[in-house]
Amino acid sequence: MECDEEVPDRMRLNGKGYFLWRKAKNHAMTFFSVLCLLLAVAPLVLIFSYTVLQGITALNIDFFIQMPKPVGETGGGMANALVGTAILIGLGGLMGLPIGIMAGMYLAEYGDNPLGHLVRFMADVLSGVPSIVVGVVAYIIVVLPMKHFSAFAGGVALAILMIPTVTRTTEEMIRLVPHSYREAGLALGIPRWKTTLRIVLPTALKGITTGVLLALARSAGETAPLLFTALGNRFWSTSIGQPIGSLTVFIFDYAKAPFTDWNQQAWAASFVLIALIFILSLVFRAVTWSKYEER
Amino acid sequence: MTNRRNVLLGLVLLAAVAAPVFGQLKLNGAGATFPYVIYSKWFDVYHTKTGIEFNYQSIGSGGGIKQVMEGTVDFGATDGPMTDDQLTEAAQKQGTDVLHIPTVMGAVVATYNLAEAGNNLRLTPEVLAGIFLGDITKWNDAKIAEINPGKSLPDRTIIVAHRSDGSGTTYIFVDYLTKVSKVWAEKVGKGTSVNWPVGLGGKGNEGVSGLVKQSEGSIGYVELAYAVKNNLPYALLKNISGNYVNASLEAVSAAAASSAGSLPEDLRVSITNAGGKDAYPISGFTWLLVYKAMKDKEKAGAMVKFLHWAMSDGQSYAKELYYAPLPKDVVKLCERKINSIVVK
Amino acid sequence: MTVTQQAVHQDSGLTSGDGRGVSPAAGPSRSVPDSRRWNVGDLVFKHLTMLFAVGVLSLVFLMGYEMYAGSALTLEKFGWKFLVTSTWDPVQDEYGALPLIFGTIVSSMLALTIALPLSLGVAIFLSELAPRWLERPLSFLVELLAAIPSIVYGLWGIFVLVPWLRQSLQPWLGSHAGFLPLFRGPAYGFGMLAAGLILAVMVLPIIASISRDVMRSIPNLQREAALALGATRWETTKVVLASSKSGILGATLLGLGRAVGETMAVTMVIGNRADISASLFNPAYTMASVIANEFAEATTAMYTSALVEVAFVLFVVTIVLNALARLVVWSVTRRYRTV
Repeated sequence: MECDEEVPDRMRLNGKGYFLWRKAKNHAMTFFSVLCLLLAVAPLVLIFSYTVLQGITALNIDFFIQMPKPVGETGGGMANALVGTAILIGLGGLMGLPIGIMAGMYLAEYGDNPLGHLVRFMADVLSGVPSIVVGVVAYIIVVLPMKHFSAFAGGVALAILMIPTVTRTTEEMIRLVPHSYREAGLALGIPRWKTTLRIVLPTALKGITTGVLLALARSAGETAPLLFTALGNRFWSTSIGQPIGSLTVFIFDYAKAPFTDWNQQAWAASFVLIALIFILSLVFRAVTWSKYEER
Repeated sequence: MTNRRNVLLGLVLLAAVAAPVFGQLKLNGAGATFPYVIYSKWFDVYHTKTGIEFNYQSIGSGGGIKQVMEGTVDFGATDGPMTDDQLTEAAQKQGTDVLHIPTVMGAVVATYNLAEAGNNLRLTPEVLAGIFLGDITKWNDAKIAEINPGKSLPDRTIIVAHRSDGSGTTYIFVDYLTKVSKVWAEKVGKGTSVNWPVGLGGKGNEGVSGLVKQSEGSIGYVELAYAVKNNLPYALLKNISGNYVNASLEAVSAAAASSAGSLPEDLRVSITNAGGKDAYPISGFTWLLVYKAMKDKEKAGAMVKFLHWAMSDGQSYAKELYYAPLPKDVVKLCERKINSIVVK
Repeated sequence: MTVTQQAVHQDSGLTSGDGRGVSPAAGPSRSVPDSRRWNVGDLVFKHLTMLFAVGVLSLVFLMGYEMYAGSALTLEKFGWKFLVTSTWDPVQDEYGALPLIFGTIVSSMLALTIALPLSLGVAIFLSELAPRWLERPLSFLVELLAAIPSIVYGLWGIFVLVPWLRQSLQPWLGSHAGFLPLFRGPAYGFGMLAAGLILAVMVLPIIASISRDVMRSIPNLQREAALALGATRWETTKVVLASSKSGILGATLLGLGRAVGETMAVTMVIGNRADISASLFNPAYTMASVIANEFAEATTAMYTSALVEVAFVLFVVTIVLNALARLVVWSVTRRYRTV
């Protein structure tokens, strides 16, 4: 339809020229957002491929089974660091998981009251506290009284870091269980607590487990809180009351060292860490995608 | 429920793995990065020999001193001796005195990364202080050129690298600068951690040597062993007698020799800027910090045995790792100190 | 044991654990005797879980208290001046956290300046423009960026980013934009610019994912209405963005919170120098880095207290940022969430 003379000036803006301009803007913005995506994904690809390349060339069977050698000598591995990281996340999990899961259950089942809102809010806020601050707190409340650096102190720091994530994951997974399950249980006369534990929890368990595994994997990547809690150990140690080595602290020590052999080992360790986190993230996503259908 | 059983099994396994390994004595120590190269060798050899584990973490002399004061470690290590205040505080907190046992000597060298300078750059105390004060900022500065006539140094900014952590290496280095430069003494002073006028901070000897290795045009101060292990060149320094001395073990021993007569009873001494025509000016002892009366007597016994070994067999490892062994009369004094450690 | 078998073993009454009534299943209603309205098991369960939940709550207060108590010495000696003095001198036992605060703020701001436009672009692409089959793996990739441990970023920073900055970007910036005080000084590689860049990469996935979630929660009705009126894709997006403004603000605050608290990656590339300078090329120091570098060796009680106080400040700042962010994000997504 053609515009005629009575049409006010501003309507003439809807003429063909303006439309082309709008179209151009549209294309420009599409281009811009694709560019942004590429720029965002590029560092990931860069970091990932660099770590994989460097890590794979440095990775050999020695890395997994040998102990670190004295400073300056080549060879050796990080067997004690691997075990150390496993023990630390095990300790952290042992202390943090029960608290997180129980708190998550409370929030999901009884949480629609002021206390629940406050706890939920605090859990979210706690998840933003820097890990170095958690390390300082763990030093004050565990290392100083114990007069000892220890794997236990490291475990406490990791537990504190884990609690908010586990709480929220548990709550969300339990909330996803359809109400009809609960109602069926209650209708059959099962007490509420039994319904939660025997029906709702097992249903949500798959999601909770993967969420927990992801939280554990993330804490395997923590360095700062371990610096002055677990300290480090160049020997094989599995005792909770002694300092213990960990992959991340080893990477930190080896990265800033001038010995190229150590730098290589740092890359290998990074590769192992990234691989672990990547695989667990993939599994977590696969499990939750089927549950999350928003649009 | 099988889930419950699995959880229980997992817990039992975890407990089994986490149970302390009985029978093996373990001691924990932390401190200086300066002697880390030789300590890690010593502890490795000693472990093979006796099975006792000395777990040493190189977190810097400042860290070693602090953890000894707090009692979170069984021993510490430092190349900057504890001050009287620190000793009093440690004695108060731990209920026992802290002893300084010298183990080896080393040299702090000015290492640099500049192709045009070759591996025999000459520096005087004034120039060195000027660089670290930020007064001399370019490699082709006249002051550097006049003491290095054969070299054509480029018009490049000097990137200064220092320690970001509390360090005995720093202590030895700034102790020297305080002695040779009034400006430095007034402006900066000495300590294990100082307010550096310029430069980048690296953590540990490892960090500084890493920085220098990776940055062209940089200069930093590290323990000799670190420079050698990384094929980094280091400068010849003019000593108080006027000779340009290369940092070598003989030069370090010469520095110790000239102060041998005046060792204090507690063995805390500085040998920087030593007299003697072959003495290397930035030399220093490094000490192990040991409690006179450890609470765990078994650990005390192990410590004493190790220290005696360090004074005898241990010294033979020093040279190949670029540390100077202790002079004989110092060893005697050390043995006496070690014997004063309470083992019952 | 199936649910029905369990039911046979149970009393069949309509037990509602906390007496507040749960939606009853179909069936004849019965007057429930008092003894059945309160079930011991339910009470125990509820209060046990409540205990743990309160435990999480008290954890935050415990942390705050411990740090406050631990910094008593410097609080007493310096008071407010701690935050505005610039000398960080362990030898003289004089501590002023201004250079640290400066370093933290500038590196985080730099990170946000770079990351925010990029994140928005990514979020727009993922929520509006990408086809379903592409969106999922891409979202996953972006989230994976957030999962990479900080230490690995630091490692990559030392060996890849810093040399590149030293040899390529900084000289280029210095010669082309050197008239700005931001780009003056020798090209160390290590320094504020390196820290800002690494933080940008770390913060991007957080802002992008949350913005994407917020934008996706805007009902399709709004988009359809715009399109029906003849808007282009971009103009429709503008409408969605307008509604998501507060959510995106919340995402930015969260990203800022992460940037402020980031330790390892920053410590490894920032140069560790407590200095205030206008140039991005110069080394700097952040609150988190100073704790990581100096905590284990703070030899005097005053030194330790100063570092604990820095940790306390960091704690308070991140809590405030996160609290603000969560409040904002919640208010937006709650409006549209259908649970």
